[in-house]
Amino acid sequence: MFDVIPTAFIFFVAAAILLTLPKGNLRGLLLLIIPIIAAMQVWNAGFGSFAQIGFFGFELELMRIDGLSRIFTLVFCLAAFLGNLYAWHVRDTVQQIAALLYAGSAIGATLSGDMITLFFYWEGTAIASVFLIWARGTEGAYHTGMRYLIMQVASGVILIAGVALFYRETGTIAFDRMTLGSPGTWLIFIAFGIKCAFPLLHNWLQDSYPAATVTGTVILSAFTTKLAVYALARGFAGTEILIYIGTVMTLFPIFFAEIENDLRRVLAYSLNNQLGFMVVGIGVGTELALNGTASHAFAHILYKALLFMSVGAVLYRTGTSKASELGGLYRTMPKTAIFCLVGAASISAFPLFSGFVTKSLTLTAVAEEHRTIIWLCLVFASAGVLSHSGIKIPFFAFFAHDSGLRPKEAPTHMLWAMGITAFLCIAIGVYPAPLYAILPYELHDAHPYTMGHVVGQLQLLLFALLAFAFLYRKGIHPPEIRAVNIDTDWTYRKAGPAVIYWLSWVISSIYNWIVGLLVNTTSRTIKRLYNSHGPEGRMARNWPTGAMVLAIAVLLGATLLVNFLV
Amino acid sequence: MSAADPHYVAKTFMDHLPILQVVIPLISAPLIIFIGNRKLAWIIAMIASAAAFVIACLMLAQVKDGSFISYHIGGWAPPLGIEYRIDALSAFVLMLISGIATIVLPYAYTSVKSEIPKRLHTLFYALFLLCLTGLLGMVATGDAFNVFVFLEISSLSTYVLVAMGAGKDTRALTAAYDYLIMGTIGATFFVIGLGLLYMTTGTLNIADLADRIANQGANRTVQAAFTFIVVGMGLKAAMYPLHHWLPNAYTYAPSAVTTFLGATATKAAIYVLLRFMFSVFSPGFHFEDWTLYLIFIPFSLLAMFAASFVAVFQTNLKRMLAFSSIAQIGYMLLGIAMLNATGLSASIVHLVNHGMTKAALFMGVGAMVLYSGSAFFDNLNGLGRKMPFTGAAMVAAGLSLIGVPGTAGFISKWVLVQAAFENGWWIIAIAIMLSSLLAVIYVWRMFEVLYLTAPAEDCTATDPPLPMLIPMLILAFACIWFGFDTELTLGSARVAAEGLLAGSAGMAH
Repeated sequence: MFDVIPTAFIFFVAAAILLTLPKGNLRGLLLLIIPIIAAMQVWNAGFGSFAQIGFFGFELELMRIDGLSRIFTLVFCLAAFLGNLYAWHVRDTVQQIAALLYAGSAIGATLSGDMITLFFYWEGTAIASVFLIWARGTEGAYHTGMRYLIMQVASGVILIAGVALFYRETGTIAFDRMTLGSPGTWLIFIAFGIKCAFPLLHNWLQDSYPAATVTGTVILSAFTTKLAVYALARGFAGTEILIYIGTVMTLFPIFFAEIENDLRRVLAYSLNNQLGFMVVGIGVGTELALNGTASHAFAHILYKALLFMSVGAVLYRTGTSKASELGGLYRTMPKTAIFCLVGAASISAFPLFSGFVTKSLTLTAVAEEHRTIIWLCLVFASAGVLSHSGIKIPFFAFFAHDSGLRPKEAPTHMLWAMGITAFLCIAIGVYPAPLYAILPYELHDAHPYTMGHVVGQLQLLLFALLAFAFLYRKGIHPPEIRAVNIDTDWTYRKAGPAVIYWLSWVISSIYNWIVGLLVNTTSRTIKRLYNSHGPEGRMARNWPTGAMVLAIAVLLGATLLVNFLV
Repeated sequence: MSAADPHYVAKTFMDHLPILQVVIPLISAPLIIFIGNRKLAWIIAMIASAAAFVIACLMLAQVKDGSFISYHIGGWAPPLGIEYRIDALSAFVLMLISGIATIVLPYAYTSVKSEIPKRLHTLFYALFLLCLTGLLGMVATGDAFNVFVFLEISSLSTYVLVAMGAGKDTRALTAAYDYLIMGTIGATFFVIGLGLLYMTTGTLNIADLADRIANQGANRTVQAAFTFIVVGMGLKAAMYPLHHWLPNAYTYAPSAVTTFLGATATKAAIYVLLRFMFSVFSPGFHFEDWTLYLIFIPFSLLAMFAASFVAVFQTNLKRMLAFSSIAQIGYMLLGIAMLNATGLSASIVHLVNHGMTKAALFMGVGAMVLYSGSAFFDNLNGLGRKMPFTGAAMVAAGLSLIGVPGTAGFISKWVLVQAAFENGWWIIAIAIMLSSLLAVIYVWRMFEVLYLTAPAEDCTATDPPLPMLIPMLILAFACIWFGFDTELTLGSARVAAEGLLAGSAGMAH
């Protein structure tokens, strides 16, 4: 049955042990050790399948390690470690358990070799993670959590429906590459798409991540969407439609990120944009592209966590993450500011930072397929990343207009967590060979630091920086920071918001009309049902004895008729 | 088991199990009346039904491999003599009926004291045993006319049992009266059907009937017989639209009676339907197939939705559960109409799973009514919080009623959906799921009343005494247990379904 204990179970057992420990550093230690044990187990196991179990006549595969699942498992362990270190100060049992179960479920899903196991862990991530949102304890967080849970559970339900159909079509539940076409595969695809925040299915992400606790957001940002990226890479690599979906994903969040004031929500939009790059890579589906996706996911989890950590630290110290209320914090939080800059440089793909060495793989893969328009879109999106994540986040939080706030530097454990993450971001950027070595496919002549790459990227970045500086200096910038934020945006993307507002007006009118219609129809239907089926309704009333007997006679007649006529 | 030996004479105790199954409760009933002591009455009833349960279990163990026991009453060989025939299906249903009776009796001890006038207690237990005798007899016998006799024994005692609810609410009398009229018509139809069969075949032994009908083929008489039997038994099984006797009977009968009837009476009728459809007539006949397709399926679907909608809007919990029973019977008949082994297993396993589930729920309501005096939602506000164990049992059973994975109800619905897929009936599968959603709504309303509304401030309700509580908890536990361990339930149902589809086993000489 089991050659080894499935890695996910380590997390679940740890969650049980955690309950028996007293609140305090001992628990923190357990939370740090478990991801390390898990990572070592996966690293040492080698490739293969290690845990099968029978279930209602199905053979479930709980522990499939290959190149693709290993890199995702490892980065999940790493993210769990860093997230838990960042959350060292948290004394809330619910959040600690949720973090363990969440990470365990994500890892379990990554290692599952069949889609029934995948489904269980898929729902596991949904249920465990919602507690990180609810842990904030506000009314708003409760409702947001509810919305989040509904979306996530819906994704799971669609997944299992798809799996059932898929099983009927093909007779297998193995989780391998599928071809999009039949109803079953479409349902599975949509289920993955919801978790991956495809355009129009993405709202849960921006809705929920900013609503979680300071530490919860860091943990949330690592798992759910990357699990979906893994699932897509496993199941739908080379599916053409993903290229277009991914491209749209890279583009549309830019505009929203530009006009958003809450920095954590800006990061949530930028997360969506980053996912787009990975989805494009999956859609291209060549070995190089999949390597690009995997490595980008690896690097992305780190720098996105770093950005969420730094903004989280600001929120932790000042109580707000709104751009308009922040500014000038570099005076008292210099280390956090530096770490944030490292994260910003990484996400913007500056040479010598992690984003550069991973994003270039995806871009090269797209270029190799001669998809010029897609390539141009991605380049444009990269510039957008720089502007909303690379500049906006550190600039408005730590520099810009002095808000007068003088918070203390972030707590030591947060600094450690950010420091390690920042170190990793730079290390990958400077010396990418170890990361390249664990990619799912062998990488031939990977040299990110060619003249062309570096110069091209620097051009892009420097011109974007220049544009920002120019507009910030020359632009009409009123005294309030909030206005600068929106003003800058109006200056260099005048058309964008206007179009979006107009579109959103049109769409929301249509939406309201449809919803109104639905609500009206539903309430009318319920009223009608109540009239016929309610306690005094036709169907529920006590019939007079004669009427009952008549019913028998009618049924007897009908049955006789059927009997004699066929 | 004696099929090979032409001069077989039953010798040992074990050989007499089929008749003991029926005779023990039958003899105990008059015994109770003769002794006339209230305390002893309960003890005798308890011993008799426990013995019946043990016997049923022993017999199920013998026939679980797909064989059958043929018992000749008085040593007279069928078709002249009366034969009792136990196969996997009948043993399984016998176990359900006697098991529920055994578990309801401890509950009844307290419940009856508070709901029925003292002077009627001995009568109550005697009638309870007679009803049990009738239900067991219907299932155990292999003789068609015997089925009618036992049907009448159980029906007549049931009418009186329902009427005993008059002590609390006189509407029990009209409910019993309606039930009497309807039940009598149903039984009459049934006996007309038997008469027609006797006319054309000259025999009443079920196996012999099957042989002769197969030999002579279909004709108008056989078809008419089939129709009368199906409609007559459909009425006893509360098949939609013949269900109108059921809601009032369940609502106004004493709690213990409701529990017992809800879990067993309609199930025995469904057993007889199965027996006649598969062991007397066979699905090879066109008229049978088309009756299933054109009558059973539409009315089952109608039951699943119409009755569920009514349940959604009910304001009386007992009545809500009664309507839910009608919907659930829709599932069972639908499973039969699928005419494949999976569908039949689904029906049979749902028979048992739903029996346990409904028994637990009706017991819970009964316990609450002890304090509140009525089953209207307004009177039950917050009682789940005041009666934690009762509430917990009702939650478990409620989840099973919906069919949440990990409960018995899930197993039967899951198998039913599988059966629909096997036939390629997508729409039916979707309909099953949609009507389960309606179950979510009405069960949720129950949870809301029990937990999410504030109890009255002067509410002194606590969990009922242990004799009432323990049976309830056992059943609730069973609802969960059989959601995971399906070996006994689904395993026996599969054997029974295969036995049915194989047709009549023929005469045992």
